[in-house]
Amino acid sequence: MKAFTYERATSVEGAVTAAQAPGARFIAGGTNLLDLMKLEIETPTHLIDVGRLPMAEIVETPDGGLRIGASASNTAVASNATVRARYPVLSEAIVAGGSPQLRNKASVGGNLLQRTRCAYFYDTSKPCNKRAPGSGCGALEGLNRNAAIFGASHACIATHTSDMAVALAALGASVEVVGAGGTHSIPLLELHRLPGETPHIETHLAGGELITAVVLPPPPKGGQTYRKVRDRASYAGGLASVAVAGGQVALGMVAHKPWRAAEAEGALASGASPAEAIGKELAGASSLGRNDFKIPLVARLAAAAITEAKEQGQ
Amino acid sequence: MSSVSDWEATANPVKDNRAGLIGKGVDRYEGPLKVTGTAPYAYEVQPPSPPAYGVMVGATIATGRIIAVDTAEAEAAPGVLAVWTHLNVPAQPPRGAKAHPRSTQGSKPALESDKVTYWGQPVAFVVADTLENATAASHLVKLTYDADTPDVNFAKRLSDAGQPPGEQDVEIGNFDEGFANSPVRLDETWATPLQNHCQMEPCASLAWWEGDRCIAHTSIQMVKPAQHGLAETLGIGRDDVHLLTRYIGGGFGGKGQTYDDLTLAALAARALGRPVKVAFTRQQMMHGTIHRPATVMRVRLGAEKDGRLNAFSIMTWTHCHKDGSFTEHASNFARALYAAPNRLTGHRLVRLDLPHAGPMRAPGEASGTMSLECAMDELAEKLGLDPVELRIRNEPPADPENGRPFSQRQLVRCLKEGAQLFGWDRRRPTPGQVRDGRWLVGMGMAAAIRGNFLLPAKCSFSVDADGVITVRQGMTDIGTGTYTVLAQIAAETLGVPLGKVVVEIGDSELPPAPGSGGQFGAATAGSAALAAGMNLRKAIAEMATSDPHSPLHAGDPAEVTFQDSVIALENRSETLADLIRRNAPEGLTVEGEIRPAQDAQKWSTQTYGGHFVEVGVDPVTGEVRVRRMLGVFAAGRILNAKTAKSQLTGGMIWGVGSALGEGNAVDPRYGSLINQDLAQYLVPVQADIGDLDAIMLDEVDDKANPMGIKGVGELGNSGAGAAVANAIYNACGVRVRDYPITPDKLLAGLIAQGR
Ligand SMILES: Cc1cc2nc3c(=O)[nH]c(=O)nc-3n(C[C@H](O)[C@H](O)[C@H](O)COP(=O)(O)OP(=O)(O)OC[C@H]3O[C@@H](n4cnc5c(N)ncnc54)[C@H](O)[C@@H]3O)c2cc1C
Ligand code: SF4
Repeated sequence: MKAFTYERATSVEGAVTAAQAPGARFIAGGTNLLDLMKLEIETPTHLIDVGRLPMAEIVETPDGGLRIGASASNTAVASNATVRARYPVLSEAIVAGGSPQLRNKASVGGNLLQRTRCAYFYDTSKPCNKRAPGSGCGALEGLNRNAAIFGASHACIATHTSDMAVALAALGASVEVVGAGGTHSIPLLELHRLPGETPHIETHLAGGELITAVVLPPPPKGGQTYRKVRDRASYAGGLASVAVAGGQVALGMVAHKPWRAAEAEGALASGASPAEAIGKELAGASSLGRNDFKIPLVARLAAAAITEAKEQGQ
Repeated sequence: MSSVSDWEATANPVKDNRAGLIGKGVDRYEGPLKVTGTAPYAYEVQPPSPPAYGVMVGATIATGRIIAVDTAEAEAAPGVLAVWTHLNVPAQPPRGAKAHPRSTQGSKPALESDKVTYWGQPVAFVVADTLENATAASHLVKLTYDADTPDVNFAKRLSDAGQPPGEQDVEIGNFDEGFANSPVRLDETWATPLQNHCQMEPCASLAWWEGDRCIAHTSIQMVKPAQHGLAETLGIGRDDVHLLTRYIGGGFGGKGQTYDDLTLAALAARALGRPVKVAFTRQQMMHGTIHRPATVMRVRLGAEKDGRLNAFSIMTWTHCHKDGSFTEHASNFARALYAAPNRLTGHRLVRLDLPHAGPMRAPGEASGTMSLECAMDELAEKLGLDPVELRIRNEPPADPENGRPFSQRQLVRCLKEGAQLFGWDRRRPTPGQVRDGRWLVGMGMAAAIRGNFLLPAKCSFSVDADGVITVRQGMTDIGTGTYTVLAQIAAETLGVPLGKVVVEIGDSELPPAPGSGGQFGAATAGSAALAAGMNLRKAIAEMATSDPHSPLHAGDPAEVTFQDSVIALENRSETLADLIRRNAPEGLTVEGEIRPAQDAQKWSTQTYGGHFVEVGVDPVTGEVRVRRMLGVFAAGRILNAKTAKSQLTGGMIWGVGSALGEGNAVDPRYGSLINQDLAQYLVPVQADIGDLDAIMLDEVDDKANPMGIKGVGELGNSGAGAAVANAIYNACGVRVRDYPITPDKLLAGLIAQGR
């Protein structure tokens, strides 16, 4: 680990100002950032602890939605009564991630900005454009069973591995951000980027911008469900996941960002069966050999989840 | 030398079990220390003065040479005390050199040369005042390599594999003929991946010097070879190394040998004149220590229509390091398992530029049962027989390979009782018939077998003036329960409560024992302890009967009884403490030893079991979840119901991991393993294990050793993975013969079936 300095932010404004310095990074639960620092995959020189800022509240919004503070722990969100009653897909998605210990520590903001679990990204002796821009992509011709099937590039085929973000994508959430220029809101689907030629740039956040909250619109009509496929029953990243909220469908671990299945939603709206609808979405998917299975896997998983949500909604 | 008949004929306190301590599920001797975090593992031992911290740097090529070294930046980094590579490491005798001809291990020099023979090989070493400074500086060491193309692609090198050194195939009868003439045949191939031990405690060492003596704490399964190897490497007398390993956070075979952490800690402590600690990181453990090599196993079974095997063969292909010869003997176990007149077993070995292969829990059986026990399941289906019945029909009257009688063999009873307890009769022979919500549910079973061993060992017993018995032995407890069973044997033998027993192990200055491995630990260490205990009883009895002040005076020493810390002859008695206080206020110490019986080889001595598993398969995703698991085992007298059961269930869980998740993927471009941490190397977690139970049949195997016990540390692992695989097939009708059975592989089969 590289030496770094540390401060505990006492206000949002103070945190944002401090974050303008080069090499500065926010830290919340630290469950992702500290691991990456120990391996020198991330080498910030200054940490700004935002974990104790007063932004852990979960409150209903006047329009019938919900505002979840960025410091709320994953456990707090998953166990919140309103979340469980009105956004069960979010609660299910969070509980499908990590372990209880991790969820107790992990924050909403940190969860959204967690970095990929690509094995080559984690091994600093291997090339990786995301970790070391321009070094090449070790996974491209490597052991890439879990690579993206949507929106990948030759520079990077990694996936975003957050479960929570998939549910938020299906629910049409937006992210409240405070930066040097003030407060603004970004639709969750526009928070993360596809890799393109610059996989090391993962979001549309400007440098030093702080996520302060996630805002959910009122839940869509219809059933909700989250299904995740993983190699073991707990404490494992997904091979694929799907979140369904009424007619809204998002896919996880299939792209560099949570993937809203717009094609499938359109088909469903015009009366297609779940299997047909997801088939439409997957017409745009491509795979590399080792991850071929993800296409039929997503087809089957999403069709089952959409059917399940439909049955619930009736 | 004793003979098996002596063991059978002679009563002893363990057999008599007067106080009932033998077999009782007593709590772990060292349990409170471990659960309160106060058991000092090697890295946590408090040295006499503040330690420095060493960090190893692993090679980032698999094969080639180091052609340039730049340590300037690392040397200039804060807190750095030393930076070593092959260019400046202190001189060490060449590999394998033995100054003492009887050393059990030769020199194992660290940073030996510019040659790199596997990815992650320690090639540089940094010592600093703190772990953080050492780690940071370790990243500044710049090494330039001339790399060769790594030869690591096992699948592509199978045809180059040859006989392991000094080995030959074993054929009995005429396999080819027998197979060709069998009306029902099976010929399939299974593959198991390279696996890592993933002990909770990575390998770690702490060393310091007291004058010319090196005091070294390390995490090691076998004390003597570690002590000898370190002495040879340091070029000092064996008595000048005091090696300690008091608490060990898992070994599983991976700590049967020492690594460069120990050598470098000792060398640096000498060079710097202060204690030095060195530990492997989790990532370094994957490449830098041994692993279980991958296997490809071809099984051929030829049967009569009634299920009796006529021809049987298992051939194993496996790999080891370029300079090595370790062979994963995945075919051997099968030699004692089923009857068949025509038999062929053997191994093929190919040397690759991968790290060193070595033993891992139930070496041979763990991989081998993953093929044969699935093949038996497939054969049962072809024959229209129940898999339990097929095994019963092939039960041999004596060891089918060498004709030796079995010392004890209760395999059939394990299978029958297991089937009954598990509700095996509810299994539908046709796969894919049972649904529970979204899950397809199936049952599978497999037999378990693992050899049993007894090695030479010594032990000492002392009694002090408070009547406290101290057991001393150069034995280890790798988490298995050795401390506890030694305490039980001592308490039962000397008739004292457990609270009056102290156990000291894990120390090279104590009477030597071979350590933990091959599930020989409890039998070997325990038999030596019993011998020492018997000798102490004798010494005490003689002391009492010849002491005019003892109420036992002039009695027959052979008649003295030991109970509740009191020694007695009929109605005459006194406390043990009183006797010792008068006669040996400084205490009394005796030794005992065990050797294998001269005629032990006349019997085939094994441990057995039957596994029964119920799994759910999600036919949509190919996910597998274990719902229920039962193992029934026959492994001689059980010393401690709790620690033995824990070993067996732990082995069963290991089987679940082997079937469903474990394996290091090799990237042939680099010659490196890709998944290097516990988020990527998937061992089962709590949620993966449903209802789990292990039952131990009543058994005494008096031919195994004087206590009639056998090993349980590896038996649970043998066959467990195959039972899971068989249950998967029964659930959904898909056979995956390439482990681990991950959703991607199962999904392909489900889709091919039209599910
Ligand atoms: C073994 C393991 C298994 C896991 N399994 C799963 C899984 O199955 N599913 C899953 O979804 N996740 C999984 N995770 C990831 C886990 O969810 C994340 O580590 C966690 O959510 C990160 O939250 P944190 O608060 O600890 O973030 P930190 O580690 O503190 O920060 C992560 C990143 O977010 C940035 N950041 C934090 N807060 C803010 C903010 N308010 N504004 C702007 N930037 C911010 C930090 O600068 C940093 O770059 C796993 C993690 C581990 C270690
Ligand atoms: S897929 Fe992306 S993260 Fe993985 S090695 Fe390639 S560039 Fe790095």
